[in-house]
Amino acid sequence: MTATIIVNGHKTWTTLAQHADWIFCLVRTDPNAKPQSGISFLLIDMKSPGVTVRPIITIDGSHEVNDVFLENVRVPVENLVGEENKGWTYAKFLLGNERTSMAGIGRSTRYIQKLKQIVEAEIPADDPAHLEFLRDIARVELDVLALEATELRVVAQLARGIDPGPAASLFKIRGTEIFQDITELTHRAIGNYGLAIREHPVSANRFMPGPDYGHTASEKYLNARKLSIYGGSNEIQRNIIAKAVLGL
Amino acid sequence: MDIQFTEEQELLRSSVQRLLRDQYDFEARRKIVASEEGFSRTQWDAFAELGLLAAPFSDSAGGLGGGPLATMIIMHEFGRHLVVEPFVETVVLAGGLIEHAGTPEQQQAFIPGIIDRSKIWTLAWTEKESRFDLAKVTTRARREGSDYVLTGAKTMVIAAPWADDLIVSARTSGDDRDRGGVSLFVVDRRAAGLDLQSFKTIDGRRAAEISLREVRGQLIGREGDGVALLEAGRDRAIGALCAEAVGAIGELNAATLDYSKTRKQFGTTIGSFQVLQHRMVDMFIAHQEALSLMQHLSLNLSARDPGLSRLASGAKSKIGYAGKFVADQAVQLHGGMGMTDELNVGHYFKRISSINIQFGDPAFHVLRYAQLDAAA
Repeated sequence: MTATIIVNGHKTWTTLAQHADWIFCLVRTDPNAKPQSGISFLLIDMKSPGVTVRPIITIDGSHEVNDVFLENVRVPVENLVGEENKGWTYAKFLLGNERTSMAGIGRSTRYIQKLKQIVEAEIPADDPAHLEFLRDIARVELDVLALEATELRVVAQLARGIDPGPAASLFKIRGTEIFQDITELTHRAIGNYGLAIREHPVSANRFMPGPDYGHTASEKYLNARKLSIYGGSNEIQRNIIAKAVLGL
Repeated sequence: MDIQFTEEQELLRSSVQRLLRDQYDFEARRKIVASEEGFSRTQWDAFAELGLLAAPFSDSAGGLGGGPLATMIIMHEFGRHLVVEPFVETVVLAGGLIEHAGTPEQQQAFIPGIIDRSKIWTLAWTEKESRFDLAKVTTRARREGSDYVLTGAKTMVIAAPWADDLIVSARTSGDDRDRGGVSLFVVDRRAAGLDLQSFKTIDGRRAAEISLREVRGQLIGREGDGVALLEAGRDRAIGALCAEAVGAIGELNAATLDYSKTRKQFGTTIGSFQVLQHRMVDMFIAHQEALSLMQHLSLNLSARDPGLSRLASGAKSKIGYAGKFVADQAVQLHGGMGMTDELNVGHYFKRISSINIQFGDPAFHVLRYAQLDAAA
């Protein structure tokens, strides 16, 4: 008979749990060890008895995150990833990857192109707001350029075996701030149409005013407020650089 | 200058506070927003009972003579509670236009219905191409006997699904962007040829796209004078919206301070971290300045000083930026909780966002403030 791990607890901010077949969970398997040392990395079937998903609706109206309650969930020991109590090491590795990818250069570049199209379509060249938007867009483009150049420099260094370490937090800080700026500019660019927002769940039967290209601007602007909060808040990321890079 | 309220004004303030405290907590507001109609007739009745719908109108118009200061007091409390009922649209905007531009007969015909709660009004001025320019009007009106007939389209008309009557701007002469030649019309929302497509707004209210095909309208104010009338109307609306924003800012600051004193992380309350303390100090300063500017504007609206319109733009912009800063920080400092629909913080954020679009965003008004100085 295979050994079983019984899981009890509550996970929150679990992205798209309502659609998931599996959840990879950090669970405490040694309550007596130091906090980071007693954690295991466990794969749990979402259909297991005792797993309950409860939606958390966010300010943009969407259902993206959830509470996941685990009550006496029986998990075969084969679902342990790696060694018992080594879960924090594996999680730190994943977090490290996440941090550099949060520069989000590709996404920001795409959104800037769309923003430029929206400004051209919405704001006539003889409206003083037009030049103001061009200037604001140029500023954020330069922010992207500088971050992209930094990312390429780090990639080149990584190829030579140099790891940026905790300085990589800057990618999360700047990448998120840039994308927040872009979504805010896009929301402003559509002017009065920024007063509307799509209802969720999205339906083609529900009327949404204004041109198609503006229909998601409000919800994206609102949703992007999470970026400076999640993945380790930007305040925490700055603390990391202060301590681990600057030695303060 | 710090406004010393008269006994009457204090009474107004405390009675509105009591009503909203008892009947308009956040859960009550949530139910109202989720209802089919989207606002509460019961609350509207309560506002009428309390004399709020009469408060700003002059005595001669049948009101309580409270003027812009009464509006400021009411809207400040409404902002604190995220009230959705159309006080600005009905009383301040439409009521104000009727009082200042209407003939005595029109005032007699329309103002009592506002005061006795039986008629809801809104103003339809924005169009697809107008952005924030009051003079960019392509909706046309032509004379037909004693009435006019309107054809065109209005966009993002807030509270239109709730309104019985509308004031609509339409062009009686000139080119699409001329300052002269725009006129204002009273239009029955259920008039033949008027179609509404309704939708929900970012701040939990309702609005509509309006198409007009040969819709009957009654001229209000002098033909061709519409832009000047709308500018004065916008100044009054800005007074109301600024007061509402200041109320919201104050609540966000209080909620954030409270949260920072209770939420623990890393073994201590987050309010003990200096970075967050300084953030909250900046929020405090923003509130103090916004509050002062709100009072300054409302006093100017009462006195109708020259330079009033420039000050209105300045206030809309400065208070707008202050509101945005406080809203951003309130969400950030509440962490993940600030992102939930369940908490009130996000709803204040969305209302401030909405105020910052209506009648022009902060960038628009900074520019207008600068241009009016250059012109002087």
